[in-house]
Amino acid sequence: MTSQGRTAEVPETVDMVDRPVRPTRIPRRFSVIGVLGELLITAGVFVFLFLGWQLWLNDLIVGASQRDEALELSQQFAPQTPAPTSEPVDPTTPIDYGEPVVAAAPTKADKFANIFVPRFGADFVRTIAQGVDQSPMLADGVGHYPDTQMPGEVGNFAVAGHRTTHGAPFNQISELRVGDPIYVQTADGWYTYRFRSLEYVRPTSVDVLLPVPRAPGIDAVDRMITLTSCNPLLSAAERIIAYGVFESWQPASAGPPADIAALATGGA
Amino acid sequence: MYAALWRSLPGPIWVRVLIVVLVVVAVLTLCVYVVFPLVDAIIGTPEVTVEQ
Repeated sequence: MTSQGRTAEVPETVDMVDRPVRPTRIPRRFSVIGVLGELLITAGVFVFLFLGWQLWLNDLIVGASQRDEALELSQQFAPQTPAPTSEPVDPTTPIDYGEPVVAAAPTKADKFANIFVPRFGADFVRTIAQGVDQSPMLADGVGHYPDTQMPGEVGNFAVAGHRTTHGAPFNQISELRVGDPIYVQTADGWYTYRFRSLEYVRPTSVDVLLPVPRAPGIDAVDRMITLTSCNPLLSAAERIIAYGVFESWQPASAGPPADIAALATGGA
Repeated sequence: MYAALWRSLPGPIWVRVLIVVLVVVAVLTLCVYVVFPLVDAIIGTPEVTVEQ
């Protein structure tokens, strides 16, 4: 077979060589198909560039600026005269500072708190603004549902944040493990919540914001924190809900909790 | 199209490469600071809140 094929090819080649050389055709500078193809490829490249920008580059840029803003706010919250460190502090016996101070509801868009979640990264901190509109609250970090309770208050302190795009503060919300600390800092002090559970709900399930989440008509006795974000990733078909329960409170003068002290005091 | 544009660039090869690099940087800068934010605002953002 192969030898036959070869012999069949040879005369053809010879034939081509024997032909008189034709004048080389001047190539057209443009062909409609060619230009269209190149434009479509270019458009495709720009779509990928946009996705890279939206889902990665811009999150890095915006996330870093959100973090810087939160650290700045953290400095403002810190007492001007820090607590004397010479005071004997025994970490094994936490000091009881009594009932947590509950601040009055802030005005709309006011950045009244910071949220620290070590599980989201050792340097994770975002501001919490009053209200859950996209701009300016969710574009700048985390937003507080204005009809829910304040940090430390009996009931439910509910906040919302982006899981992708716009700095993606709650990008790793599904990575939370039971018992993970969620710290909320206000001008009054530090509120420590512990992550308890995740829930996946429909976008209309506003009962996750109730003083006792998902339990209408029940009087709250516990202090809860609720984080809402979108689910699945890159979609808005559902909501992912993270619940945490209040553990302790310490005034601003007592300084930040030990595991975020370095971050909260300006990364020193 | 791009081949024709390349041929229409003046100067020796390094000048052409320099021009192309400058144009690409300018286009990317324009995209990141102007075009992409505009497109992002138009297509909207995924909802993260629960509401009735």
